[in-house]
Amino acid sequence: MGEVSTAGSGVGARVRRKEDDRLLRGRGRFVGDIALVGMKELAFVRSPVAHATITGIEIPEEHRGTVFTWADLAAGGVKPIRAVSGLPGFKVSEQPALADGKVRFVGEPVAVCVAATRAEAEDIAASVFVDYAELPVNSDMLEAVTPGAPKVHDHWPDNVFLETNVGGTIAEIAATAPVKVSRTIRTARQCMVPLEGKGVVAHWDRHVEQLVLTTSTQMPHIVRAGLSECLDLDQGLIRVVAPDVGGGFGWKGLLQPEEIVAAWIAMRLDRPVRWTEDRREHLVAAANAREHHYEITAYADARGRLLGIEADAWVDAGAYSVYPFSACLEAAQVGSILPGPYDFAHYRCRTFSVCTNKPPIVPYRGVARTGVCFAMEQMIDAVADAVGREPWQVRLENLVPPEKMPFDNVTKKHFDSGDYPESVRRAVAAIELDGWRARQKAGEADGRLIGVGFATYCEQSAHGTAVYHGWGIPMVPGHEQAQARITPDGGLELRVGVQSHGQSMETTFAQVAHEVLGIPLEKIKLVHGDTGLTPYSTGTWGSRSMVMAGGAVATACRTLAERLRRIGAHLMQAGPEAVVLEEGSVKAGAAAVTIREIAHTWYRAPQLLPADVDRGGLEVTAGYKPGSDHGTFSYATHAVAVAVDPEIGQVEILDYVVVEDAGTMVNPMVVDGQIYGGVAQGVGTALYERMPYDAEGQPLASTFADYLIPGFTEVPHVRIIHMLTPSPYTEFGVKGIGEGGAIAPPAAICNAINDALKPLGVTVTNAPMTPEVILCAIAETRGAA
Amino acid sequence: MKAVDFDYAQPATLDAALELLAREDVMVRPVAGSQSLGPMLNLRLAQPELLVDITRIAELRTIRQEGDRLVIGACVTHARLEDGDYPDVTRGVLPSVAAVIAYRAVRNRGTIGGSLAHADPAADWVNVLTALGADVVIAGTGGRRSVPMTDFILGVFETALQPGEIVAEIHVPALSDRARWGYYKVCRKTGEFSHATGAVLIDPARGVQRCVAGATSGKPVVIDGPALFADGCTEAAMAAHLAGSPAADDPIALRTHTVALKRAIAQVMS
Repeated sequence: MGEVSTAGSGVGARVRRKEDDRLLRGRGRFVGDIALVGMKELAFVRSPVAHATITGIEIPEEHRGTVFTWADLAAGGVKPIRAVSGLPGFKVSEQPALADGKVRFVGEPVAVCVAATRAEAEDIAASVFVDYAELPVNSDMLEAVTPGAPKVHDHWPDNVFLETNVGGTIAEIAATAPVKVSRTIRTARQCMVPLEGKGVVAHWDRHVEQLVLTTSTQMPHIVRAGLSECLDLDQGLIRVVAPDVGGGFGWKGLLQPEEIVAAWIAMRLDRPVRWTEDRREHLVAAANAREHHYEITAYADARGRLLGIEADAWVDAGAYSVYPFSACLEAAQVGSILPGPYDFAHYRCRTFSVCTNKPPIVPYRGVARTGVCFAMEQMIDAVADAVGREPWQVRLENLVPPEKMPFDNVTKKHFDSGDYPESVRRAVAAIELDGWRARQKAGEADGRLIGVGFATYCEQSAHGTAVYHGWGIPMVPGHEQAQARITPDGGLELRVGVQSHGQSMETTFAQVAHEVLGIPLEKIKLVHGDTGLTPYSTGTWGSRSMVMAGGAVATACRTLAERLRRIGAHLMQAGPEAVVLEEGSVKAGAAAVTIREIAHTWYRAPQLLPADVDRGGLEVTAGYKPGSDHGTFSYATHAVAVAVDPEIGQVEILDYVVVEDAGTMVNPMVVDGQIYGGVAQGVGTALYERMPYDAEGQPLASTFADYLIPGFTEVPHVRIIHMLTPSPYTEFGVKGIGEGGAIAPPAAICNAINDALKPLGVTVTNAPMTPEVILCAIAETRGAA
Repeated sequence: MKAVDFDYAQPATLDAALELLAREDVMVRPVAGSQSLGPMLNLRLAQPELLVDITRIAELRTIRQEGDRLVIGACVTHARLEDGDYPDVTRGVLPSVAAVIAYRAVRNRGTIGGSLAHADPAADWVNVLTALGADVVIAGTGGRRSVPMTDFILGVFETALQPGEIVAEIHVPALSDRARWGYYKVCRKTGEFSHATGAVLIDPARGVQRCVAGATSGKPVVIDGPALFADGCTEAAMAAHLAGSPAADDPIALRTHTVALKRAIAQVMS
């Protein structure tokens, strides 16, 4: 276990966030706060039908010149979005930024309208008449793969972006295993609903001759790359800036059609334009995630020791492949990570990325892991039930033990470190399982049923080059770069290409730099989210920023430290080997020279420098990769106690414990914050969030009155217990932690509900577990009895 | 989305408001707290040409006792009813129910009259004022008329209001000392619209035994008189009384409405 101190303000300290002074006072600057002289607003005409051929678009005479369609963009040389995967068999979709003769989901942009205000732009949008010849619709992924289903992309032979097969035959195990349990498991289509929706301002900066796209994004450099491809514009002519961004969760980790349209209009009209996504657009037209379907079987021995897992999995990927993650990342990931944190030998998984008439699926916090954990952890409980043991005991039976670390699992995932079983033992103790079991036996005065559930996962984060090269998508992370620059007054500027939209990087990267250089946090400034000011980066996704960019910051600062030491030694007339850098000063015995003095010398009094001074000066750009290309593996066990009201199907969370291991924590308070937020979203996945579609592909929720998300009163008080096994491969031993909180709650809560419903003989397997789902399951069981 | 372009008036007197509301040359709508109409405007589900804001009309913001009735102005907010700066003749019904309407932010602006005029079946006042036997005073250019709640709410978003008319007052009868009431609603989360509402009032001195099943797909279902209580208030009896009503759309809904009613009755019996 690590021994990093939590005092001071370096790595491990519970430092308050630097960015909060701005953000909590409402002084942040988001896309919606930007006003440029002469700026126009955009509104989109969006398809009201899920699948149709466009037979005509009528633009009223008085609005010609303010309404644009794909014909205009195509004539201007704009190309459709192509997010291709190199995996064999992947079928390519072309997504034009505005519909090109055909619409494939409700909400797909068909035309764009420009006006002085958004309301006027919407007035114009309402006056545009589009003639749709409706086509049969694929609204369900399982029907979309049946023979004769209508085709979303006419030139494809079927509606499958990609089929993958992982593992080999397990027929022998299937024939001989003492225990066999099967389940059909489903997670609903969700929206990500960050507090701030998507937004973009585009203008042509005549002075620097650049298109400037100020956009609410997690990955400015990737947006620039994608824009360059679609607009056929050199990357040097494009600058992408992310201002304050109010949450992303994946929704802002892609190139969006609206960004292309805004960029093109700004150049075409030679004036600034803005589009701000409203909540209805967000819920209806975009940001969809999570929809998985599993047919899964677990084989085990009489103790519950897993012998094999066999599964077919479908992911509803929607109509198009998103840039850069593609339409197949989610399902292909299912195949490779379904085995979870467990050690077993036999595995077979077939996955389908299914193309349907719904918005494209986007990787959402946890990506496939939330669904995978939901499926696998239900199977652990099912096995436990079959062999008559406590579910936590069966977890202990199967988790990779610490003595096997590092461990390569059945799909060749390289688990770097940790004590997985201990996380379960601590969770059992912390939730006080015995007390709940006694209460279950006694029964509740109000007739509710008590249940306790557990879920354990491990999470690959900070994915390396090999992992992404394997997907063959338009983005492969290599060495992450950071720039560190001592200012003439002895402060520090850090420049990173990742983007902070809630991750607290302005604080935590400063802590990393402070740990190396000793410069006080208030003198360290982070510059991020701007292709014009920062080194290239694939951006903030996959719980990677602290591992990758944090590692790069440390590496750059170490190089600076060495240069500072040498100049400092010269100024004190000491040998370089005789000095140390401590607490922001270079020291030789009792003598010391501060970084401020060294900076002054370099910038303002260079006549004092030694002849052999490093000409790189006090500015370093350094690249970094962890020691392993497989990424880090953080892990956790979540434990939850619930009360289920069998009369009205409602679930109350009575206690919630997270035992997690993020390796070394740079700022434990920030880690806790990430976990709280993740659990809140996981509670949404478990109990509330579902974007329903009817058979015609119409989304049946368009406001927060229909699309429920948990609020203050629904999110439990989460008790967090940290374990601390440093990764052997990263700077300081940090591991990715940003997504983990959102992975396990649906699984843990589902297992708790089923534990509660056990006396009724009822099992629920689909998320969200709404009152209706629970009441129907109870009614069905009663009907069958 | 943004609302369509509309004109906005904020008259100081009821007569001035009614005059504007009677205009036939423009599409006109009254607005009070804007907690339902606001979202409808922004979604362009409502596209008025003139919005008449009635919240500055002093007489619509008063609460007064008149004999054995409490007279509540239509523009009194839920928050004020929650906070209770008035003689509560309902033995706690008004402040208790007001306190569980949506969230405080909604209660600060939302009004009792607006809630009734909107007539969402899941709204708290729609069901509670029916159980209390309240009357609604409607004002129009032709004068005033009083309508009992059971005749005011006609269906989903349907009321007895005629074009140009607004809710002016709600008259709530005082409960006797021995009156007992119960209220239970099934919401998926705090502040969310109810999926099933049970409201019960038993006031022997006034001969009232009334149960209301609300948040149905129609107007509140009223079970008036001693029949249900004579049947012992069993679940089977409740289900029988609700059968054929909008509360019995499907077995799961009927079951949930029965439970809501059962739990409201249990509060009265305890």
